[in-house]
Amino acid sequence: MNIGKAAVLAAAIASLAIAVNASAQTIKVGVITTYSGPGAAQGDQLDKGFKLYLKLNADKLPAGVKVEPVFRDDTGANPDAARRLAQELIVRDKVQFLTGVVWTPNAAAIAPLTAEAKVPFVIANAAGVTIPLASPYVARVSFTLWQASYPLGQWAAKKFKRAYTVVSDFAPGHEAEEGFIKGFKEGGGQIIGSARVPMTATDFIPYMQRVKDAKPDVLFAFNPAGKQATAQMKAYADLGMQKTGIKYVGPGDITTDEELQNMGDAALGVLTVHHYSAAATRPANKAFVAAYKKEYGEKLNPGFMAVGAWDAMDLIFQLIRDQKGKIEPDKTMELVKKYKTANSPRGQIVIDPETRDVMQNEYLREVRKVGGALANVEIETVGTLIKDPWKVFNKKK
Amino acid sequence: MTHSGGYVADPRFRAIEWLPWLLALLCFFVAPSYLPLGSYVLTMIIFALSLDLVVGYAGIITLGHSAYFGAGAYIAGIFAARVSTEPLTGLAISTVGAGLLGLLTGVVILRTRGLALLMLTLAITSLCLEFANKATGWTGGADGLGGFAIQPILGLFKFDLFGKTAYLYCLVFLFASWWLVRRMVYSPFGASLTGIRENDVRMNAVGAPVYMRLVVSYTISAALAGLAGALLTQTTQYVGLKVLGFELSGELLVMLILGGIGRIYGAFVGPLVYLLAQDYLAKQFPEYWYFGIGMILVLVVMFVRGGILGIVDAGIAKWRGASA
Repeated sequence: MNIGKAAVLAAAIASLAIAVNASAQTIKVGVITTYSGPGAAQGDQLDKGFKLYLKLNADKLPAGVKVEPVFRDDTGANPDAARRLAQELIVRDKVQFLTGVVWTPNAAAIAPLTAEAKVPFVIANAAGVTIPLASPYVARVSFTLWQASYPLGQWAAKKFKRAYTVVSDFAPGHEAEEGFIKGFKEGGGQIIGSARVPMTATDFIPYMQRVKDAKPDVLFAFNPAGKQATAQMKAYADLGMQKTGIKYVGPGDITTDEELQNMGDAALGVLTVHHYSAAATRPANKAFVAAYKKEYGEKLNPGFMAVGAWDAMDLIFQLIRDQKGKIEPDKTMELVKKYKTANSPRGQIVIDPETRDVMQNEYLREVRKVGGALANVEIETVGTLIKDPWKVFNKKK
Repeated sequence: MTHSGGYVADPRFRAIEWLPWLLALLCFFVAPSYLPLGSYVLTMIIFALSLDLVVGYAGIITLGHSAYFGAGAYIAGIFAARVSTEPLTGLAISTVGAGLLGLLTGVVILRTRGLALLMLTLAITSLCLEFANKATGWTGGADGLGGFAIQPILGLFKFDLFGKTAYLYCLVFLFASWWLVRRMVYSPFGASLTGIRENDVRMNAVGAPVYMRLVVSYTISAALAGLAGALLTQTTQYVGLKVLGFELSGELLVMLILGGIGRIYGAFVGPLVYLLAQDYLAKQFPEYWYFGIGMILVLVVMFVRGGILGIVDAGIAKWRGASA
């Protein structure tokens, strides 16, 4: 082969490569969630939310752009493994976005990495309040515990005098506790006791017995949703605490929609403040729930984590559309700060440009029977587009 | 369980013993995107070596070795978060700290044997785990300990995103650990450990200080485990409670059995095969990968009693027999 021919061939190959590149561009999205261990139920919610969104919205990308999710199992609250998975997704799979993450410790371990690698990281669940401060490439569409617990504390102080708190012993639990106590005390309430339960606990009877003996008017609880929410509700029922007049309240994690049917009638009358209920009657939510049930079965309700995953993917799709498939990390983070939608299943959400954390409505809900099944019925909107209160109180001056 | 390891009259290096190091260096150049996994594998090999020393050579059956791994990991983390982020000092302190813990616990638990010993090793891990879980001021509890950035090694080599520095850092310490363990098992001290494993009554009868030997080997093994833990902390710059979990001890034992117990290189092959299989399966089937791991274990236990190196040995013996 002479040089001329070789040059022509090389040019042909090069142009072919360019043509292929232009017509099919694949954007890899690293998804870290939990498929094994005691936290698999929560991870499953994220997985279902992501997959549903990807299935229904594949046509909403610019022509020739495809999103390829790369799923990884972090096996639970396992920060060093999660960090290594994220590192591998960045280095080996060359993902352009990271998302998922059920557990706060895992997200906290991943966050510093995103600053070094300049990979935008959209948190779909992990709620630890300080995570977005750890890296300018972190945004969060889920929630913080302060968002629900602080307004709940204020509201509860109007009805009750003496409260007991029982929370999971990790950062989100501590934040739920602090948020509620601050709101409750500001409203003139009194905290008569606080207990912290190990994250991996499955038996809540010892803690709940202590609450029962202390005879508060109201019990504020937080657990990381999933099976633990059911276990704690069962302990509340088994000890007959409802009959002794102790009202059970908390953020929506304690009556999470996907577990609610397993909790039984003990859950009736439980009051929660949260951003999402599967029973909400907004059109966007009705469509979401219908699509979810069609995909995964009539009996299955989506929980707030599935919604977090859905909205995380919606944000990523929006960012891809805005940049027509050419992702630049810094531009992406500027665009993140402009994200707002009225069509999330939970209503309107906005990313706060200052903190890259989500702003959303919080609803007061009561567990009632609707058509023979338990549901978190929204009875009042306690706040519209609430900013994370912790960041408001702790603003750097 | 049959052990093939033990005192070998000729401690000189055979050519094939340099092969793992060549392969490790080769990996550095040909598979740069696998280096984060590579560093983890190297760390686990150090940990497996330390376990092999007590289980494979000294015959101390333990399910609690993660106590020392976790101690090393947490000491390195706490040192970095509170005192200094200089890596080599942190590593030294963690190794010594874990060794001390090994000495203190070993003095007590090595007076027992068999099931009682097994229970005590489990108890020590549980105690350490609960301590780390409750001492949130120091360890961060269930949230883990992070937020420190380890300084460049000797002020020259920065821990990079691609894990190059971390890989070589782990490789250097693996080499040192291997050299130490190899020297030990080929020494008269190693021979006496093998003797204790096979028949401790007789070792007592010939006047060997059985208890002392066990305590010394246990302490050195704990220090090595601590070194591995500290390397994990420094390369991931985060420590979580799982490093103290009993699952980790179990998983490590499985890796060692897979590779071949009581033979130094079993500790190399086991973690490598196990972690690569895990990486591959978790990538292909993120939902069901544990099933694949389970299958591998069942097959190994059913068919490959001596571990992977056991098959290799049997193969070589057969080939030699056929050619002779």
